[in-house]
Amino acid sequence: MHWPTTAILALAIALAACQPQPTGSVSGNTQNVDTGGSAAGDFGPPQGEPIQAVLTTAPNVPPPIDRDYPAKVIVDMEVRELDLEISEGVTYTFWTFGGSVPGSFMRIRQGDTVEFHLKNHPDSKMPHNIDLHAVTGPGGGATSSFTAPGREAVFSFKALNAGLYVYHCATAPVGMHVANGMYGLILVEPPGGLPPVDKEYYVMQGEFYTVGKYREKGHQAFDMQKAIEENATYVLFNGSEGAMVGEKAIKADVGDTVRLFVGNGGPNLVSSFHVIGEIFDKVYQEGGTHYQENVQTTLVPAGGSAMTEFRVEVPGTFILVDHSIFRAFNKGALGMLKVDGEDNLPVYSGKEVDNVYLGDKVMAEDLSLVSDVTQAELSGTVTKQQRIDAGRVLYNGTCSVCHQQNGEGLAGVFPPLANSDFLMADTHRAIEIVLNGLTGPVTVNGAPYNSVMPPMSQLNDDEIANILTFTLNSWGNEDGEIGPDDVAAVRAGTERPKGAAH
Amino acid sequence: MRNFVHTVVAIILISGCAQYSKASEFVHIPGGDFRSVIPEAEGDNLITVGDFLLQDAPVTNAEFLQFVLHNPAWQRGNAVSLFVDDQYLSAWSGPISLGTQAGPQQPVTQVSWFAANAYCESQYARLPSWYEWEYVAAADDSQADARENPEWRQTILSWYSKTGGDSLADVRSGSANYYDVYDAHGLVWEWVDDFNAFLVSGDNREQGGADQLQFCGAGAITMEEKENYAVLMRVAMLSSLEAGYTTRNLGFRCAR
Repeated sequence: MHWPTTAILALAIALAACQPQPTGSVSGNTQNVDTGGSAAGDFGPPQGEPIQAVLTTAPNVPPPIDRDYPAKVIVDMEVRELDLEISEGVTYTFWTFGGSVPGSFMRIRQGDTVEFHLKNHPDSKMPHNIDLHAVTGPGGGATSSFTAPGREAVFSFKALNAGLYVYHCATAPVGMHVANGMYGLILVEPPGGLPPVDKEYYVMQGEFYTVGKYREKGHQAFDMQKAIEENATYVLFNGSEGAMVGEKAIKADVGDTVRLFVGNGGPNLVSSFHVIGEIFDKVYQEGGTHYQENVQTTLVPAGGSAMTEFRVEVPGTFILVDHSIFRAFNKGALGMLKVDGEDNLPVYSGKEVDNVYLGDKVMAEDLSLVSDVTQAELSGTVTKQQRIDAGRVLYNGTCSVCHQQNGEGLAGVFPPLANSDFLMADTHRAIEIVLNGLTGPVTVNGAPYNSVMPPMSQLNDDEIANILTFTLNSWGNEDGEIGPDDVAAVRAGTERPKGAAH
Repeated sequence: MRNFVHTVVAIILISGCAQYSKASEFVHIPGGDFRSVIPEAEGDNLITVGDFLLQDAPVTNAEFLQFVLHNPAWQRGNAVSLFVDDQYLSAWSGPISLGTQAGPQQPVTQVSWFAANAYCESQYARLPSWYEWEYVAAADDSQADARENPEWRQTILSWYSKTGGDSLADVRSGSANYYDVYDAHGLVWEWVDDFNAFLVSGDNREQGGADQLQFCGAGAITMEEKENYAVLMRVAMLSSLEAGYTTRNLGFRCAR
């Protein structure tokens, strides 16, 4: 008699997954039972009518499985090669599962039989396939799904192991297909499902290697050499800088429990996933069955995953980062969770300042001003007013931390830019200072200053031009317009140590 | 009678084109020794390519139209479905008319290996072998073998990083390479005679050996020029095909 055994095992799995954990103590942790792995994951042939899988685009996740029997689930996945924005004014040719990076999220139940249809769009240049880490079998489906442009391949598998699994393209050269965005997540729920939570989101990290430097405008091609050297130009959540900031931030309400399905497509880098201002109550490490509690930062391997859960107690903006922290602030690995609700002062009384956390990232609602000027720059129709508008946004993101939003600086520490005789005396010098920084004594409006401004050479020529044009026309300063060419000329004429930014 | 009228109209159209287009030429390719990305035997990737003639550009829509006019069996709708899939010549407006989506000087695409092979036979020619194609495509403007040159590789990779939906350029829009051959890279994929010989061994499609290029980089173990991703991708593309397949970015040229 096969069935009773299976049913008991299924029940055990369900209990293990759903049981509330009354204590946080490690010694009292009863969860480390063996759930039986793939040997206990076959619940017999599929039952009922075939079900069309719900596929979602990040950060959205399909609804939990509400089903107590194994079914046949049909997945229709279309591969598209698309030019999409990777950063403001920067496009990249992504190879995608389902038209987005990361690829569509799939959610099935352990024991389900998946009939997978991989369709390669006729406009594709490349053949593609799919290797699902949820598959038990040679190549993870890759051999069976190798598909030329304009063709469709079909294969089936039974999902024997529960967990959160990466899928990716495995066509040679594998690294390039993955580097172009061909990865996503498939969740195989245990029979009892996952414990209910209030919000679920899909976050997947991946890095990109472009010929041009970070934020260099225009269309950027893939750089194989950088990929081999693992020298990423961008490290991103959900396929573009700004995919999860401003209005596109993921959202929750105070008191919610939030579950993040976190994946890492790589191709090379391991993620140190962290949410600034939160502690993960639970982490299902590597997307597996058992969880650790009270975790600050969890490693997500390339080609691996993690499920994190946490309750949000106070309102505000929580920043998702790869805590290999230069990736967050200089390569784009940054997202936002916005929590609405009443202040909870006993828990947190501090004053929140978005700008400090965000560094030179600006709020998405203002980004249109920046992208307007980028477009105008490309078409040669940029106006001074556009520069000023975009410059204000960029200034508030980068410069206002020290020089203050009103341009008045801090007496004795940060010199004023408002009504500044020093600034207006020499605009060429202003470009040099932004690019190279300034150390040592200066006199501004009659007052002495002696501090350090770091070089801001990570900013692009047009960004610096816009910031300075804004500065030269604000707070009582009048006139002056600086273009990217002016900045480029100064940049080109500056000796910089080898290896310094740009 | 109607067929006859069509033929006359088509011939007039073609002769119209001929006034501004250069006819395809076979150029002489001096043979030599060559290190292929695909070894003939394990560890032995030095192969010898003999002298041969190669068309200096991919076959165009106008040229292929002429072929199907003379060979109605290869017209869309007539061609045996074993030899062509249902996208065969589907960019053309009709079985013997190009229309606005298929310029006369654009390379013909959506042709199967069988159709390409038949075309070349009609020219008393054949499809080039992979080694012949790889040998010629290793050249840049000034060198017979430019594969060590990072610029050569980046040119190819740049083509890969453009999406494939746009209209194709006319043949010979770029510059000729060392052998006076145009469009070896950057325009279309091209059929070769033995496109499936380095991979698929019929009934062994599921694992190991023959089709290992298809997953997880195992193919890189037998590829001799591991860093040569650019060419490897062409191999991967060809290996995804069967002889009856047609795609929008796949054409061919003939050799003798």
